[in-house]
Amino acid sequence: MTDDKDVLRDVWFGRIPTCFMLYQDEITEREAEPYYLLLPRISYLTLVTDKVKKHFQKVMRQEDVTEIWFEYEGTPLKWHFPIGLLFDLHASNTALPWNITVHFKNFPEKDLLHCPSKDVIEAHFMACVKEADALKHKSQVINEMQKKDHKQLWMGLQNDKFDQFWAINRKLMEYPPEDSGFRYIPFRIYQVTTERPFIQKLFRPVAANGQLNTLGDLLKEVCPAAITPEDGEKKNQVMVHGIEPMLETPVQWLSEHMSYPDNFLHISIIPQPTD
Amino acid sequence: MAIPNSLLWAVDIFGRVYTLSTAGQYWELCKDRQLEFKRVSAVKHCCWGIACDHQVYAYIFSSDVPIRYQEETYENQRWNPVGGFCEKLMPSDRWQWSDVSGLKHQQLDSFTLPSPHWEWESDWYVDENIGGEPTEKGGWTYAIDFPATYAKDKKWNSCVRRRRWIRYRRYKSRDTWAKISSHDDPKQLPDPFNDISIGGWEITDEPMGRLSVWAVSLQGRVWYREDVCHHNPEGSSWSLIATPGEAVQISCGPYDLLWATLWEGQAIVREGIDRNNPQGISWTIVEPPSSENGILHVSVGVNVVWAVTKDRKVWFRRGVNSHNPCGTSWIEMVGEMMMVNVGLNDQVWGIGCEDRAVYFRQGVTPSELSGKTWKAIVSGRESDRSQTGSSTSLLSAGCFFSDDVREQMSLIVQSDADISSDTESPQIHPNLADTPLSDAAATINGNNGGSQSAEASANAAVDPLDSAPEEASPASDNGEKAGLEKPESSADQDPHPAELQWTNIDLKEAHKKPLLSASTFPETSSLSSLGMFSVGVEEHYGADEHPLWAWVCGGGCLVDSHSSLKWFTLQSGLLSSVQSLSLSISPAQTTAWRKQIFQQLSERTKRELENFRHYEQAIEQSVWVKTGTLQWWRSWKPHKWTDVRVALEQFTGNDGMRDSILFIYYMFHEEKKYLHVFLNEVTILVEVLNDAKHSFALYTPERTKQRWPIRLAATTEQEMHDWLALLSMSCCESRRIQGPPSHQAIWSITCKGDVFVSEPSPELEAAPHLMPCDQMFWRQIGGHLRLIECNSHGIVWGIGYDHTAWVYTGGYGGGFIQGLASSADNIYMQSDVKCVYIYENQRWNPVTGYSNRTFHTSNYNAKGAEEEVKGDLPAMPSLSVVSDWYIDFNISGGTDREGWQYAADFPTSYHGHKTMKDFVRRRRWARKCKIITSGPWLEVPPISLWDIAIIPSSAADTEESIALWAVSDKGDVLCRLGVTQQNPAGTSWLHVGTDQPFISVSIGAFHQVWAVARDGSTFYRGSVSPQKPAGDCWYHIPSPPKQKLKQVSVGRTSMLAVDKNGNLWYRQGITPSYPQGSSWDHVSNNIRKVSVGPLDQVWVIADKVQGSHSLSCGTVCHRTGVQPLEPKGASWDYGIGGGWEHITVRGNATEAPKTALHETSEEHSAKPTDLEDGENGGKGNHSKTTLMVNEGQELERNSVNC
Repeated sequence: MTDDKDVLRDVWFGRIPTCFMLYQDEITEREAEPYYLLLPRISYLTLVTDKVKKHFQKVMRQEDVTEIWFEYEGTPLKWHFPIGLLFDLHASNTALPWNITVHFKNFPEKDLLHCPSKDVIEAHFMACVKEADALKHKSQVINEMQKKDHKQLWMGLQNDKFDQFWAINRKLMEYPPEDSGFRYIPFRIYQVTTERPFIQKLFRPVAANGQLNTLGDLLKEVCPAAITPEDGEKKNQVMVHGIEPMLETPVQWLSEHMSYPDNFLHISIIPQPTD
Repeated sequence: MAIPNSLLWAVDIFGRVYTLSTAGQYWELCKDRQLEFKRVSAVKHCCWGIACDHQVYAYIFSSDVPIRYQEETYENQRWNPVGGFCEKLMPSDRWQWSDVSGLKHQQLDSFTLPSPHWEWESDWYVDENIGGEPTEKGGWTYAIDFPATYAKDKKWNSCVRRRRWIRYRRYKSRDTWAKISSHDDPKQLPDPFNDISIGGWEITDEPMGRLSVWAVSLQGRVWYREDVCHHNPEGSSWSLIATPGEAVQISCGPYDLLWATLWEGQAIVREGIDRNNPQGISWTIVEPPSSENGILHVSVGVNVVWAVTKDRKVWFRRGVNSHNPCGTSWIEMVGEMMMVNVGLNDQVWGIGCEDRAVYFRQGVTPSELSGKTWKAIVSGRESDRSQTGSSTSLLSAGCFFSDDVREQMSLIVQSDADISSDTESPQIHPNLADTPLSDAAATINGNNGGSQSAEASANAAVDPLDSAPEEASPASDNGEKAGLEKPESSADQDPHPAELQWTNIDLKEAHKKPLLSASTFPETSSLSSLGMFSVGVEEHYGADEHPLWAWVCGGGCLVDSHSSLKWFTLQSGLLSSVQSLSLSISPAQTTAWRKQIFQQLSERTKRELENFRHYEQAIEQSVWVKTGTLQWWRSWKPHKWTDVRVALEQFTGNDGMRDSILFIYYMFHEEKKYLHVFLNEVTILVEVLNDAKHSFALYTPERTKQRWPIRLAATTEQEMHDWLALLSMSCCESRRIQGPPSHQAIWSITCKGDVFVSEPSPELEAAPHLMPCDQMFWRQIGGHLRLIECNSHGIVWGIGYDHTAWVYTGGYGGGFIQGLASSADNIYMQSDVKCVYIYENQRWNPVTGYSNRTFHTSNYNAKGAEEEVKGDLPAMPSLSVVSDWYIDFNISGGTDREGWQYAADFPTSYHGHKTMKDFVRRRRWARKCKIITSGPWLEVPPISLWDIAIIPSSAADTEESIALWAVSDKGDVLCRLGVTQQNPAGTSWLHVGTDQPFISVSIGAFHQVWAVARDGSTFYRGSVSPQKPAGDCWYHIPSPPKQKLKQVSVGRTSMLAVDKNGNLWYRQGITPSYPQGSSWDHVSNNIRKVSVGPLDQVWVIADKVQGSHSLSCGTVCHRTGVQPLEPKGASWDYGIGGGWEHITVRGNATEAPKTALHETSEEHSAKPTDLEDGENGGKGNHSKTTLMVNEGQELERNSVNC
């Protein structure tokens, strides 16, 4: 029997095979071999690429090694987006492995945030978790937690410890039994076609009539353009963690089971591939 | 949520009786609505009331189990040489028809039904059973002479014989108000009644369902109803109880508290109520809080007394308990009430003075009996809901009638309130707290008006309704005494019956009535219009929907601090339907979107991972360690708890699987040492209850053999649960066990009530090399149960210690197992009540008589421990104490009137009466403790059960219903209808008539039903089939010689039974054509329980093995060598224990592959001969030693402790 708990594991253990290649204009002392790695979908690029950095440093002059950044087909990859989101948004429906170009020069200041250390990632991650709980529980759950619990969430993510992470995170996924869900669903909807980085609005998991809101309801309200009109041609894919859930899926369920560790539901809307 | 639903009763000012369920949101009109009532007094199973005709009525809830009463009479005969046995008796003999003693003449036709509420079940018939043994046809039992001992066999000197005739009558007036008619002398008959109160069920269990029913007549006399109990729900007659003055009102608590009010304003308290004297002995007068305002109304619980004085102030009596029923002083409480009522758990309800709303006292807990605040119950009536519902549709259809429009508006208002009701009617509290009476009406009315100005026009019709209490309260204020003195004015609280003709009014008419009366109260109307817009803009609920109440009773309403009630917010129907619980395989699990997600995720994993497994992982797996400090029961002598450092190391192997090692670091002669356990070898982690320590035991197969687990203790229960949760998760992970147990799972229960489940491997029952059962891995499932039964279709039922029936929801986890190791949507709250016992022991000496009071713990096995408890319990944090210590009279051997049992010396067997030889005596004190936990269980109300049996497997497809039998806690045999895999809870009970109470039932394959009666006799039920689920009749099967059976279990073709002396018997000669079998074969002794599986496999809970006198805790044992031609098997294989109470293997129908079975049968038949050396089912050397290792104290210490 398949259980909802399995979804959490599948989400957590999602991996993207990636091939890192050094940008051609980077000056090297000898030729740089590409570097292959399985990236956790739920983690952050700068959190899991120590090995990549080390690999390419070896072939470079010490003075040329500055802050590392990544780019895919001309698009700088934002490290503060989870890896799975970056992949779904920019590279889904392409052949695997995912080819990422590694840069050390010309940091794109207007596109990317600097990431001088892991503390910055942790701060960003915790800020997201807190924001999500503000939406879900008026911050009550996260505020009741101790410092060590916050640390456990982060360490769980950093060390890829599912149990360690979920031992705490489950509290963030609870809601009072008299309610049918969270206060608001923490979600962000991303589109490559628009200038806006993402859409985020207040959205309740249960409609005024008591019905559970679905993914379809959510899109209808905040991003109607993404929905395929009736008897129209499907133009977009609505993607979370590399899959397209049915529009009938309740958002509360999605939020509980398919949120990223930052407790947000990161939904990508990408053009339907024409093959 | 799964706490039993119970009912709050109330009477509105029109005399209509309503009930509100603890799970519901609406007041529902009482089913029998022919009568109007003044007063009701309810307990869980019935309600008594006084109707407007001042007569007493009882409303007995219907149930699948009938109320039956057995009438019996004896037919006596004497032998004479001419005609043999004949009706001619000697002049000195008894009558030909008599009672059992022969002293009372009782002819068959002298029996009449006691009231019109009874009917005969059948005609008279002869009982062919004497003390568990079947008699010859005709039922005669023989003796030398009257009175003597009768035997079933006729001998040469049998001069007299007798037989018992029985006939059942059945109480038929259920779910209806049955008038209590009195057969007393008309002169003695009480005058019309004024008040009634029922309670006292905690005083004693004898007879079953005994209730104290107290009533006050209009002339101020107090009456006690005799003989009210389960089998006689109406009682027999009224007895007058003398009082020091004229009583007005009376209140009887669940236990020994009884207060009444006198019309002079004092209260009287009954003293001396106990199990020998439920009527009490004398009255003590308690003065009211102030002389000018006498007590108008009292209500009592177990340890509380609440009162209302004539100025409507509410008072709480300080210092009330069993030893001091009068209490010490009055404390004034906030709020003004018409009346208050104390219900179960000493919870309190009241009727607001101004608004006539029902209020619930929030925050009443055992430590804070006076509670915190009054909270109004805003639930609407069922009738209102249907009206608003219909008006909505009317509106949407475009029909606008004035009435409907108004209701529609209030509906909108209500739903608004629902959404934004973060604050729950806070404006009510100030009213109650300090607004003077006259202002209050205005405030309330103002609130209504303020709710929406658009409603103003409608309000004209509504406000007068609110002034209705005004109409009543001045009357009672002015006419204080008069109102209580004269019969007619006592109807003040519900003034309508005299003036109003309509009885079956519906709501609309109820609205009109106050309209008329409005003109008579012009000043209140104007007051209300003045205050209309001044206050309470946030008041949401429309008072036009607000029922006006006259009386409330919570005596049957079970609410505690854990209950979540939906009474305080108005709910829309839709929301509740979303939350409604669905059992079995929830349809949500199979919805298309969920399936799609599962499928896509596995496709994604395949796509993104399959060809890239050789890639390096971005994050290296490291070892994760949890460390802590625990105490360890050290393994060398002297054994004691020692502080140790504990570390759990988890590491991930190359295959991605996790493994863990638990290290325990200790000091041995100032040398650092450690022991370690691989968690993949651990077979069970089980909580142990003893020494006030939060301890648990950890077994491996080796340690099971040794009977010496690793025992660890934490300082807090929370800490222990954290460790247990982590360790059990690691164990499950290393064995790749997750999700719910399979249908084949073997379930067991420890004496602590913890539920464990084990997945059977095919090697467990038949394989070349049988898996020893000490290797079985057990994991815990949340919940607290006494008994559990299952079958191979995944139907699992359990019974709690409080006899509540529970059905398994298909989940896993619960209790301390939370988060990932627990399923989410089928775990519910579960509660159970367990008794904790201590023994008071005394020794007689010639000078002082009995002396040397010493208390011993509940564990009579641990007598060696000599722990002196002296009335205090070891700390048991998961238990909350719900009763004070009381003497337990229901102990085997019987007791005297004070609960003492006598014996020649400690420890021997005790008896209930003192003889010359007895020098010691003991009595058992009990205390009820409530356990609140959670688990995958839903209650199956309302009948409490003693035993359950589910047909082990049937070829039936999933649609067909599954046979499930049960025995109720009262001994009724029941058959559950409508049990399917989709609906494992079934639909209803079918009562199967028996001539005596039963204790055990089992149903095997092909619907073979066997049962055991309380007297130890055994019965086979004939003709049970899917078409005839209850069968047709019982066949009395003689028990094994001189033994009384206590439990049966039927598998495919095997039937085994356990008797009261711990012998296990196999029924020989069962064939399809002769399913009753022919004789009993002894299999083993020292057996406590048996479970025969669908493959005829035999598992037992074994008790002490010969030679170890102190070992009485249960051990799970498996009968090996059971073959079709060797159904009794050969020897025992010992598994987990001790401390086990129950096991069921009835789900395990996994047969080993046929070929394997064949090859090994040879091998096997040789094996038993080697091992068969013990009479007592003791197996070969090594297994015999396993049970005997470390006997004595050490074994006790290791067991879970029962």
